[in-house]
Order: sequence, then structure tokens, then C-alpha cells
Amino acid sequence: MENVHRHGDELIENIAGRVLVMGGIVEETIGRALEALVSRDSEAARAVIADDGRVDAIELEIDHLCMEALALRQPFASDLRLVTTAMKIATDLERIADLAVNLSERTIELNVEPQLKPFIDIPIMAQRAQEMVHGALDAFVRRDAKLARSLIPMDDELDRRLEQIFRELLSYMIEDPATITRAMRLIFVAKYLERIGDQATNICEQVVYMAEGRVIKHPGVLPPERGERTE
Amino acid sequence: MRPGGSEPRSTEETRPERVAPAEEAEARPVIESAVLRVKDLSLWYGASRALHAVSLDVAPRKITAFIGPSGCGKSTLLRCFNRLNDLIGDVRVEGSIFLEGLDIHATDVDVNMLRKRVGMVFQKSNPFPKSIYENVAYGCRIHGMSRRPDLDPIVERSLRAAALWDEVKDRLHESALGLSGGQQQRLCIARAIAVEPEVILLDEPCSALDPLSTARIEELMQDLKSDYSIVIVTHNMQQASRVSDYTAFLYMGRLVEYGETERVFINPVKKQTEDYITGRFG
Repeated sequence: MENVHRHGDELIENIAGRVLVMGGIVEETIGRALEALVSRDSEAARAVIADDGRVDAIELEIDHLCMEALALRQPFASDLRLVTTAMKIATDLERIADLAVNLSERTIELNVEPQLKPFIDIPIMAQRAQEMVHGALDAFVRRDAKLARSLIPMDDELDRRLEQIFRELLSYMIEDPATITRAMRLIFVAKYLERIGDQATNICEQVVYMAEGRVIKHPGVLPPERGERTE
Repeated sequence: MRPGGSEPRSTEETRPERVAPAEEAEARPVIESAVLRVKDLSLWYGASRALHAVSLDVAPRKITAFIGPSGCGKSTLLRCFNRLNDLIGDVRVEGSIFLEGLDIHATDVDVNMLRKRVGMVFQKSNPFPKSIYENVAYGCRIHGMSRRPDLDPIVERSLRAAALWDEVKDRLHESALGLSGGQQQRLCIARAIAVEPEVILLDEPCSALDPLSTARIEELMQDLKSDYSIVIVTHNMQQASRVSDYTAFLYMGRLVEYGETERVFINPVKKQTEDYITGRFG
């Protein structure tokens, strides 16, 4: 079979490239938000919040490129799946960046009072969340469903650590109500990191769909037949 | 988006996965009471083999599209359905085609009756150099009908069915050659349906038409499919994806993939199909 250069190739490749760039920025944002939290650096936390516009702008750019590809190239098969997946991944990445912004907001609030306890589990959660995002984007660019699937169980670890942090901070609050404000804020932080894991899981599920055409989200729920309505 | 992390997610092992069509062997559609049943059909033009053991069922009252690069055998396969290839010398056919259970190659089959049941519209509209009325009435006259009171309602019904009546009702006796390209093509469709066929074969019916005329023909196909089974050969993949219920992809005389159109265009099973519909070759 003869391979020819396609007019649409560059546009589709460009979309994948921009998703990767966005992913890189988001990954870095998680790292910066964690660093600001652990080093109690409100200035750095404010910078994370201020930089969120970069992620928003690239999300709009990816949306635009995908609309352009759909309207002007009418992609089919794996190209079509890549374009629709890229749109969804861009939304997930933007949400992740928003969670890093929320985390930085809590950092600034936490820095008003003395540190409640040393950070142990939260940095590990942040690291796992970063690894999941990194791996999910790797899987996206390599169209690697196996890698995407292998990352999904990492989300369970984030869930477990959130539970652990919750129990630990609950005991602080019971013992001394003066810690409630700080403890609650730290629980929020852990919750944000756990949500990042959920968003990264969404990306992994999208990658499996893109690579194999299989729907693995919402197990047990089948997509409607052609022309059928769900409600 | 999912609810938060209080419940751990199920892991990969516990997730029941939907069996994607990609998993099913061949991912062929299940077609009940097929109007046309093709079995191991091979065809040679002289020494050159144009079809290699093609088997497929054509669904009744649906639109089936044949796609594939030039020379893949899609028009040859289409022309087998009303034995139009008989008109070309030095053609040899093996295998069988059944039209509602009738073996169309059986010795007692009247080819004219077969072509009445399986009508055809070609790429280039080919109205006869006669009036609009006579073009539509032509098939009926061949089959022995000649009285105006019998023909008039058939001509009107056929032109209405082909969405042409309103445009030509005041000039039925003018030459068909004065019609626009799109109108001529709809006239050819009216001529095909005047004899009440069961199957309509369309060989690139829109390739010479502008987008508006193309849209009218596509709309017409949707209207016609409640009464007829339609098979269309098209080079235009957007058209195949827009109009058809089932799509067959042929390559080098072989049926590579056949399935529900939506599945074939979103999630093709075969790499050759994928490469063709994404424009990587062809």
C-alpha cells in the first residue's frame, strides 16, 4: 500500500503537540504549587495563581484547532478519535490547573498561621498526581492504551492517602479546636490532589478510547445504539 | 467527571469492559432477510481478476455504500447485481448472487425482468433524447404498458418520488435534455423507480453535481429508502458517511471490511480501511 503525504497530517499532529505542551505546563504547575505549599512561600503561590491564564489560553487554542480540524478536514477513524479526545483532555488539563490554583489559594491562607504539622503524605500525593498526569500524556502521545490502563490503579493510592490524611487531621481537630481552620485547609489540599488523580484517570480512559476505540469509563453502561435516545 | 475519592475506584481487573466491535471477528453486520446475498463472488475480465470471492448481504430498505480506491472492484460488484457485466465481452463470473432467494445466474432468469427488479442510475445522467414524460414512461412501455391513462399516474408518482414533479409538471413534454444536471439525475432516478424495482443501484450519482444538487439527491435517497433497498458506489467518503447505513470497503477486488457505517468510520477494524478513510492512501 502506497503511503502519501496528507494535507491534514500537520493539523492533526499539531493538535497532539499542543496537548503535550499544555500537559507539560500543567505538570509543572502542580510541582510549583506543591513547592509553594511546602516552603510556605505565598509569593510563589500567587505566581501560580497569576500564571493560570497561560493554561486557559492554550485550552482555547486546542479547542479552536480541533474545531478547525472537524470543520475543514472532516477526520475519520483514529484521526477523528484523536481530535475528540484532545478536546476532552484539554478540558481535564484545564481543571487540573484550576485545582493547582485552588491549592495555592489555601497555601496563602495557611501561611497566615504557624505550620500545623510537617508535610508527609501531601507531597507524596502531589508526586503521584504529577506522575499520573505525566504518564497519561505519555500514553496519549504514544497512543499507548496499555500504559494508560496501567496508570489507572494509581488513583486508588491517592484515594487511600486522602482517607489517611482525613483521619489524622480529624484527631488534631478533636484534640484542639484551635487547629480546625488549618486542618480543614489541609484536608482541602489533599482533596484537590485526589481530584487531580480523578482527572488524570479520565485522561487515561480517553487515551484507551483513542487508541482502541473501546469505552472503559462508566463500566456496565453501554453507549446507545444508532438513533436511540437514552432518556 | 467522577465523584470524589471516598470510594476507591475499581481497578483494571475488576472493570467489566464493553466488548468493542473491534474485538468481533470481521465485525460484520447481522442482516436479517437480506435482499441481495452475494456468495464467494469472483469475476474476471479476460485474464485479469477483478473480484476475489466477495461475500456480503445487502440489507432491505437500507442504504449500503461501497467505497474504495479506483479499480478496487466496487463498480464491478455493483454491476453484477443486475448482470450488467453480461454486456461486456470476455467476462467470467464464479460464485452466486441471490435476489430474494432467486439465483440471478440461473439459466431460466429473464435478464430484462432482473433489471426491472434491480434498477440502476449512473454517474453521468443519461436521459434519452425524448421528452421528460417519455423518459419516465420508457421502462413501462418496454414492459408492455402503452395507454396514457395507465402511464400518467405512474409518471406523476415517479417524478414526485424523485422530488422533481414541482419543477417539471408544466413542461412534461419538453425535451429532457433541457434540464439541469441535477434535474437530469433526478429524472434518471424517476425513470428507475417508474418500473417499481426492489433495489436501486447508484453508481457515483453525484460526482458530476454541485453541492446543492448533491444534497437534494442525498435527501431523496433518505426518502426512497422506506420503499427501496439502495446500493451506492461513491468516491466521496463524506457522502458515504452521511447517507449510508452500511459501508463496505473494497480494495484490489477484495472485500476488506463491511459493517455499520458509524462503526466503520469511527472505529474501523482493518488497517487498510483505516488508512483509506483517513486519506493515507488511495
